Amino acid sequence: MPEATTEPGALLLKAGKYFRPGKAASDLHSVQLTGGREADTFYRDRWSHDKIVHSTHGVNCTGSCRWKVYVKDGIITWETQATDYPSVGPDRPEYEPRGCPRGAAFSWYTYSPTRVRYPYVRGVLVQMYREAKARLGDPVLAWADLQADPERRRRYQQARGKGGLVRATWDEAVEIVAAAHVHTIKAYGPDRIAGFSPIPAMSMASHAAGARFHSLIGAPMLSFYDWYADLPVASPQVFGDQTDVPESGDWWDAAYLIMWGSNVPVTRTPDAHWMAEARYRGQKVVVVAPDYADNAKFADEWLHPHPGTDAALAQGMGHVLLKEFFVDRQVPFFQDYVRTYTDLPFLVTLTGRGDAEPGLVPAKFLRAADLGDTGEGADWKTVVLDDATGRPAVPNGSLGFRWTDSGKGKWNLDLDGLTPRLTLHGADGAEAVEVDLPRFDTEGGAHGQGRGEVVRRGVPAVRLGGPDGPLVTTVFDLLLAQYGVGREGLPGTWPRAYDDPESPGTPAWQEQHTSVPAAACIRIAREFARTAEESRGRCMILMGAGTNHWFHSETIYRSFLALLQLTGCQGRNGGGWAHYVGQEKCRPVTGWATLAGAGDWHRPPRQMIGTGYFFLNTDQWRYDQFSADVLASPLGTGRFAGLTGADLLAYSARAGWMPSYPTFDRNPLELAEGDDPAARVVAELQAGTLKFAADDPDAPENWPRVMTLWRANLLGSSAKGAEYFTRHLLGTHSSLRAEEAAPDRRPRDVVWRDQAPEGKLDLLLSLDFRMTSSTMLSDVVLPAATWYEKHDLSSTDMHPYVHSFTPAVDPAWQSRTDYDAFHAIAGRFSELARGHLDTRRDLVATPLLHDTPGETAQPGGVALDWRAGECAPIPGVTMPNLTVVERDYTAVGAKMAALGPLVEKLGLATKGVAFMPDEEVDELRARNGVVRGGPADGRPALDTARKACDAILALSGTSNGRLAVQGFRKLEERTGQELAHLAAEHEGKRITYADTQAAPVPVITSPEWSGSETGGRRYTAFTTNTEHLKPWHTLTGRQHFFVDHDWMHELGEALPVYRPPLDMHRLFGEPQLGPDGQRQVTVRYLTPHNKWSIHSEYQDNLFMLALSRGGQVIWMSVDDAAAIGVRDNDWIEAVNRNGVVVARAIVSHRMPTGTVYMHHAQERTVNVPKAEASGKRGGIHNSLTRVLLKPTHLIGGYAQFSFAFNYLGPTGNQRDEVTVIRRRAQEVEY
Amino acid sequence: MRVMAQIAMVMNLDKCIGCHTCSVTCKQTWTNRSGMEYAWFNNVETRPGQGYPRRYADQDKWQGGWELDRRGRLKLKQGGRLKKLLTIFGNPVQPTVQDYYEPWTYDYRTLTDAPLGDDYPVAGPRSLLSGKPMDVKWSANWDDNLGGMPEHGTRDPVVERMQAEVGEKVRFAFEQTFMFYLPRICEHCLNPACVAACPSGAIYKRAEDGIVLVDQDDCRGWRQCVTGCPYKKIYFNHRTGKAEKCTFCYPRIEVGLPTVCSETCVGRLRYLGVLLYDADKVTAAASVQDEKDLYEAQLGVFLDPDDPEVRRAAERDGIAYDWIEAARRSPVRALISTYRIALPLHPEFRTMPMVWYIPPLSPVVEAVSAAGHDGEQAGNLFGAIDALRIPIAYLAELFTAGDPAPVRASLDRLAAMRSHMRDLNLGRTPDGSAAGAVGMTPEQIEEMYHLLAIAKYEDRY
Repeated sequence: MPEATTEPGALLLKAGKYFRPGKAASDLHSVQLTGGREADTFYRDRWSHDKIVHSTHGVNCTGSCRWKVYVKDGIITWETQATDYPSVGPDRPEYEPRGCPRGAAFSWYTYSPTRVRYPYVRGVLVQMYREAKARLGDPVLAWADLQADPERRRRYQQARGKGGLVRATWDEAVEIVAAAHVHTIKAYGPDRIAGFSPIPAMSMASHAAGARFHSLIGAPMLSFYDWYADLPVASPQVFGDQTDVPESGDWWDAAYLIMWGSNVPVTRTPDAHWMAEARYRGQKVVVVAPDYADNAKFADEWLHPHPGTDAALAQGMGHVLLKEFFVDRQVPFFQDYVRTYTDLPFLVTLTGRGDAEPGLVPAKFLRAADLGDTGEGADWKTVVLDDATGRPAVPNGSLGFRWTDSGKGKWNLDLDGLTPRLTLHGADGAEAVEVDLPRFDTEGGAHGQGRGEVVRRGVPAVRLGGPDGPLVTTVFDLLLAQYGVGREGLPGTWPRAYDDPESPGTPAWQEQHTSVPAAACIRIAREFARTAEESRGRCMILMGAGTNHWFHSETIYRSFLALLQLTGCQGRNGGGWAHYVGQEKCRPVTGWATLAGAGDWHRPPRQMIGTGYFFLNTDQWRYDQFSADVLASPLGTGRFAGLTGADLLAYSARAGWMPSYPTFDRNPLELAEGDDPAARVVAELQAGTLKFAADDPDAPENWPRVMTLWRANLLGSSAKGAEYFTRHLLGTHSSLRAEEAAPDRRPRDVVWRDQAPEGKLDLLLSLDFRMTSSTMLSDVVLPAATWYEKHDLSSTDMHPYVHSFTPAVDPAWQSRTDYDAFHAIAGRFSELARGHLDTRRDLVATPLLHDTPGETAQPGGVALDWRAGECAPIPGVTMPNLTVVERDYTAVGAKMAALGPLVEKLGLATKGVAFMPDEEVDELRARNGVVRGGPADGRPALDTARKACDAILALSGTSNGRLAVQGFRKLEERTGQELAHLAAEHEGKRITYADTQAAPVPVITSPEWSGSETGGRRYTAFTTNTEHLKPWHTLTGRQHFFVDHDWMHELGEALPVYRPPLDMHRLFGEPQLGPDGQRQVTVRYLTPHNKWSIHSEYQDNLFMLALSRGGQVIWMSVDDAAAIGVRDNDWIEAVNRNGVVVARAIVSHRMPTGTVYMHHAQERTVNVPKAEASGKRGGIHNSLTRVLLKPTHLIGGYAQFSFAFNYLGPTGNQRDEVTVIRRRAQEVEY
Repeated sequence: MRVMAQIAMVMNLDKCIGCHTCSVTCKQTWTNRSGMEYAWFNNVETRPGQGYPRRYADQDKWQGGWELDRRGRLKLKQGGRLKKLLTIFGNPVQPTVQDYYEPWTYDYRTLTDAPLGDDYPVAGPRSLLSGKPMDVKWSANWDDNLGGMPEHGTRDPVVERMQAEVGEKVRFAFEQTFMFYLPRICEHCLNPACVAACPSGAIYKRAEDGIVLVDQDDCRGWRQCVTGCPYKKIYFNHRTGKAEKCTFCYPRIEVGLPTVCSETCVGRLRYLGVLLYDADKVTAAASVQDEKDLYEAQLGVFLDPDDPEVRRAAERDGIAYDWIEAARRSPVRALISTYRIALPLHPEFRTMPMVWYIPPLSPVVEAVSAAGHDGEQAGNLFGAIDALRIPIAYLAELFTAGDPAPVRASLDRLAAMRSHMRDLNLGRTPDGSAAGAVGMTPEQIEEMYHLLAIAKYEDRY
């Protein structure tokens, strides 16, 4: 190629050939060098390392990703993902590699300037403590002295969050903490202490260590799943299950995937590839999101309903589906499915509305008792109409078969030759009657928020057992009425056609609310159903926070679930609901729960609903501006009139529905003294001399006093109503702007104190490895080991493996693992308890529990208040259980470090399935060593996290084949169905901690969960139900469309229904949506999950900040920004009654007008200036939110509506909020 | 024929979720050190968007890559070597740190150390260059996920070219929103402008695997390479005064490990493999007159390792048997040459880049269904490719110097694969029409599916 050498400058190049090594290309454009490459060593040196350790991240996400941590010269250098997941089969993508940019940036924390290196105590506090201790000599007395003086107490409380932390030794910090605990138990009771640490699955031993300490002293652990609003209350309502969902590998099996409010690439980063890859298999992908979300890029169709209106879209789709696939044509697959696995064929009674109104309303499930059966469990046996005989029949599987002797072997879904009629349309003796159903989508006058009307539609009904017998119809017939699907001969108001915009249920009706074109709604509904028919239930709806964090989320979810249940998609690989919000699956759940609840030593533990706890103790209830009946159905009976959220919470507590700690206005240690304390408590309650703490939460004797946070950043992340927290719970400064309720809007029952308390907590303790809003507000901060410095276990919903944390280096500086820190606290606590506490009896009040006979305490879902004289107060029936527990407070340290005897004495239970791990206790003695002497003499040791990990694995069915088989055998006795074969292939398998260190280990199919991994199949929920006829844990034993508790009727939510987002203008006087024409615009304020952090974790990480905008941001639409003259990256302020946020604006056309996103938990620690509106540091995302209680979440004592920890409880929903946005001065002050 | 071996990469943009894990793991491994704070050997750009550094693809401004002189010969756009020699002490045309971004940190210690005051302590931003407080105004990823796009998007050079060349305007409006991600590393070009631009001869292309490296001993910090590289993938280390760049993770490649960015890609979209090419053909291929022919020209440079003549020549030129075999089994070769679904990035820069991309198959069905057709049917699908949410013209400006045909062909094949596989997924028997319509057999479609969807670790690398 001679011409190349003629180019300009070629001569120089040619000359160059002779001066540098290597062989020049003929064109002289490149030089190829072989040898002489010593300079390569620079990068080779950079790559070299001494060892690679496998570990993971204990962050509050569902990743559970395995990472390779590189160590050089004793320093952690970086991490890359492991790729050693066991294969999922030759014809599917694998799980490797799992990880995300947040996780990849984790090692930065190890040596970062935000690392907590030493114990810190608030300077003002430690000075006063030292002075008091020097004076009094006893740490407990010193703490008591400090608390007895309001002036000194307020001084350190008011310093919270304002700097001034000073270093202390571990000994001193632990002593202060221990003294505070001893004093509080002595003065107020153990239920005035609380621990908060979420999501055990993300590091089970670390969680269990602190929870175990709290449980041993009798202090409640606060729930998190409901508090986070991640608990889809629809799940307990419909399935009787907390949440059980497919692993992400099962997305692959879906033929049709709707991602509905779940932004998979951001929130499920390591799993997103399945979604991308499954499309190549011909999967159709639909994204429903109000903005052009990250996953919209992958979607065949993107629907963007207005935020919070998703239920209307789902109802429109349901309308099409019911009409075309159930009424116009019957699909045998669908018919069989709904008959066997749902409550659709069950009979429901219809009753009159009362004297004033002529109409009928659906009332309760017809039960055997209604037909004269007086036998065991007859109140809990629901009834169908047998198609063959035309007579009522009681199929197996309802709750009446679960806890009764006669139900043994019959708690199953075997219809045993019975063909339940789905509809009474055309049945012998059926008459068409009109029922009244509520709607909430109209501007309808004085009722409630000014919304809601009654729709009258016909259903076929039969009267059973003569003229006085009950008038009944089926759930299916009611559902058709609810969805507006008419049939011949039925009276009432029905839509003319799909294009009828007036009648609720139609595609045109939903378009008015959602803006999604009716044609798209119809098309997608048809495709969905057709695909389900063709693929036998392989349609999946992947749903998430976008649809789950609303006040009325369960109505949204129930509308989604209806689509899946009607099309036979639940309990199928590739089908069903896939709810992924904070639901992490602690697969070895029984072992973890035993250690965390200290059920090996004492039972029951105190477990508290987080939302109820914070709602009361941060005094948010004082700012409620409406009574609960504004939420009620136009068909309601007015039972909530004049009652506020706080009143209903107090009701729920005394009815034994929800737990309530602190429980009484007296120390439970005092209440437990003497003979028959339970009877005395009942008598005193009736006499009014003893009160529930929830009736007077602002009384000083009812305040919480000590709270510990670990593995959590409550105050920078999940604290909805952050400014209420700082003002009332912590007593430091706050930007709260809301006004308290006027006298006519205050609670009816709960005591109103004129002066709202500020500074309820005596001690806030946090354990962390980085500085957060929580550590900065804490009185004592203990330096925690990072996730690369500890032994622990990790599991998740998203993959079927258990794997480990392994320390790459020792805990740096003076940090310690959570496990070691709590053992230190427990040890010192036990010493200080001597003489102050010693051994005491403790009266523990617990609610009626799900998956125990307690769930059959209150038949018919009839709400009765003993205090109103509607029934007698009977512990465990109409009010909480009362149990006396003896606690040797000097033995807490010893018990922490050993596995107690109740394991083999009483056995363990999960979800009603009993395990008897007797052999395992001996194995653990051999593996862990035996404690000699002291209170735990002869017991297996748990003094290290490794040993705790092995105990967790040994005591769980998912990791111990013997227990899995044993549990299934127990279940076989109850169900009469073969189940043990599901685990038989692994009966001899024992997963040990060492196994999980070597590689991720697939878990064993166990009755702890509802699905199966047997034979290496992908896990999905409810296959044990659909394939082995095990009932769901519900009233009927089936998946519920209809729920009949009195309070569900009162809210008008007995059936899936569309409820619009709350109207904050009407409820709280916030401005109406839209620009004011001048300098502010009012917008919907949504807080979706962030691309650059997982909650607050990583938001302060330099790598994530460098890749994002370097601080707090709010995403705005072009129009909203233009309305107030905001350009991209301008400083703006977001203000509402709850607080103030300062952030930068990101202006983007991907945002819909009228809605802003402030991504969740960006935190105020980094780059947040002072606000113009308050003159104080700008707030966090939760400065603009607060908690609102929904009455239906408080129901208990009734079948699947019974409490279990993180299973049911009020949610801390926060999506209905609005805010005003203003452009602020661009000069900012830090 | 002179046979050379090249390690090359293909990224399937259709699978990229824009998570930036690759950027972080790369940075942690290679450039997490003083002098390189602003440098991301691997970065991920949201498209449309300006890229990093800003508007790097605008060679009218940055003068990177090659152009043809009046006689049709290649010359560096930044000027020939004589000009460079004469201006060697002047500042070459290159981005300032503001065009990349001013790296920053925060005074984190204040969170722990702040004395008792009257408000929450906060860590304010500080420049990593000057140490002074700064306003954060731009970053390596400022327009991530279309942030600020209405203001910045029209300055995307691709958007500008679309407007200028095909008169197609990109509207930054809610209903018309589209986006995709473009992860970028060094292209390890066959005709690297950086190597040619280096006055010190410090940049070299390794004979055995084609990896382009800067010799850290020989680099004199002239920064001509920064100008020369049209992809702006050479970074000046302001601490050492040397140029640095993506090394293709050679310390890993040499021992059989994939690059860090590949192995840590959670989208599983990166493929690594060996390509054989004819070194004698490179200059001619890079010199074809019409920019739109560069893609085909570069394909013509690659050699078929199944061809006995090529194998003989390769052996003669010192390429080991296992490398020839690796080239035969190379997933990169399959995606580039066999299925022809991967395309080069900005071939018009004439550097013969060796990191190729499968274009994203953005929503197709939507457009068809909206018009009342069955969006699942193969025949309809192909008609719809022109109605993609992402304009074909945009992709063509990125990958084929504006020629829509190869982009369309690639997307047609992806769509056909989905259609064919949907039949199998639902238990139907595919009639082969989808495959036939894109000139493939059902077996080929299924093999391509295996590589793109199943994509096992050992098949990707």
